[in-house]
Amino acid sequence: MLIRYLSQIGRYFMMWKEIFRKPTKFSVMRGLIFKEIDDLIIGSLGIVAFISFFVGGVVAIQTALNLTNPLIPKNLIGFATRQSIILEFAPTFISIIMAGKMGSFITSSIGTMRVTEQIDALEVMGVNAVNYLVFPKLIALLLYPFLIGIGMFLGIFGGFIASVYGGFGTSADFIDGLQAEFIPFHIAYAFIKTFIFALLLATIPSFHGFYMKGGALEVGKASTVAFVWTSVTIILMNYILTQLLLTA
Amino acid sequence: MIEVKNIEKSFGESKVLKGISTVFETGKTNLIIGQSGSGKTVLLKSLLGIFSPDAGTIEFDGRIYDSLSADEKRELRTEIGMVFQGSALFDSMTVAENVGFPLKMFTHNNNSETKDRVDFVLKRVNLIDAHHKLPSEISGGMQKRVAIARAIVNNPQYLFCDEPNSGLDPNTSILIDNLIKEITEEYNITTVINTHDMNSVMEIGENIIFLKNGLKAWQGTKEEIFKTDNEAVVDFVYSSNLFKKVREAYLKG
Repeated sequence: MLIRYLSQIGRYFMMWKEIFRKPTKFSVMRGLIFKEIDDLIIGSLGIVAFISFFVGGVVAIQTALNLTNPLIPKNLIGFATRQSIILEFAPTFISIIMAGKMGSFITSSIGTMRVTEQIDALEVMGVNAVNYLVFPKLIALLLYPFLIGIGMFLGIFGGFIASVYGGFGTSADFIDGLQAEFIPFHIAYAFIKTFIFALLLATIPSFHGFYMKGGALEVGKASTVAFVWTSVTIILMNYILTQLLLTA
Repeated sequence: MIEVKNIEKSFGESKVLKGISTVFETGKTNLIIGQSGSGKTVLLKSLLGIFSPDAGTIEFDGRIYDSLSADEKRELRTEIGMVFQGSALFDSMTVAENVGFPLKMFTHNNNSETKDRVDFVLKRVNLIDAHHKLPSEISGGMQKRVAIARAIVNNPQYLFCDEPNSGLDPNTSILIDNLIKEITEEYNITTVINTHDMNSVMEIGENIIFLKNGLKAWQGTKEEIFKTDNEAVVDFVYSSNLFKKVREAYLKG
């Protein structure tokens, strides 16, 4: 069992090497990258915006409802919303949601190509199939921090709307809270995490799709396994990066 | 010409190819036949470089595959066309894009040259009208013809077909067989076909290799297959009453 896991991890890192070996012609790769940006980034904008806005609102409401002590200032709603959204919700929890959305899309599309011999066809032609299929996803997901940036903005905006129009505080309180004790490094920390998660989101589901064996049923199983491993890896990396970046 | 010398391949404890030697001739349709599990697909995938044999050599017109450098192997692969059992067309691309894919990847042709070549091969397989259709919008027989067009678009020296007739009706099967035979002769290429279809054997079998339990049990032409007294071949090829009667009629003259 342990040997099998270690062998899979080794194979995953070997795949990283393959991604950059014998690159596909730029004229072909350019089109693939734009297609992946459309599928993975643009296609996820709606769900990220929707979730961020409402979760931001819920964070603000729950913070407000817990402020029972009159000595605690109302600007804590804006402060707590900002910290929750920027530090954890946008980079980590959106990434876990994306592990489900993008990850299952990546695994099932590559897995279906494996089952229908399309990957064999690429390899027989002399195409580096790993580079052809995974590299464009990796490049497209370099725009993932942009998606998370939108998530951060809309999360805080959702918190603002819920707080002000829900009658929990004034807009001045909320904005004051947003600006209170702001540490610019937290933004850097969030985007460093996002960048690492983007690499995981592009490669772990691709790995599970590319090396899967079997038929249609196994494509479904591979998607589920890819989601589980991507989420687990994101959560572990989240812990490690937080320890490294925030506890110095 | 492809020359295979003593190739062996095992998967774990199971030895699938047990030392096969044969020659696939240029300008002829070379057929690999045999029961399921006899090693046909493993042999074909070994020829394609998808599986690496445990022992033995494969020579492509004097070039020993295992002794080639990585670049030379890639170069050789651009000389290979393959028609997969399920066609393996890229489902996100149109028929024309599928056919033009090897040209886009491996040539410096401009768009107009690529289009001309794609049109030419699509005309050759009688599919020029399906130019803008997606693979899901055309029939299985048409998909096979697109796969053949894609396999020949780059003027390959070697054409491999894995069960090109599977799932097709008899008329379409004959059409595909004849198309492969015509292309083989027209471009003087080495064609290797892995098949279960006895109609194909009788129609286009110019060099037939019969595999049994990972060994070459018999080799000959479609004329010789009628006369052979090799028990394994007779049991396999003449398992249907129709072919038994055809053989009896042939032997009676």
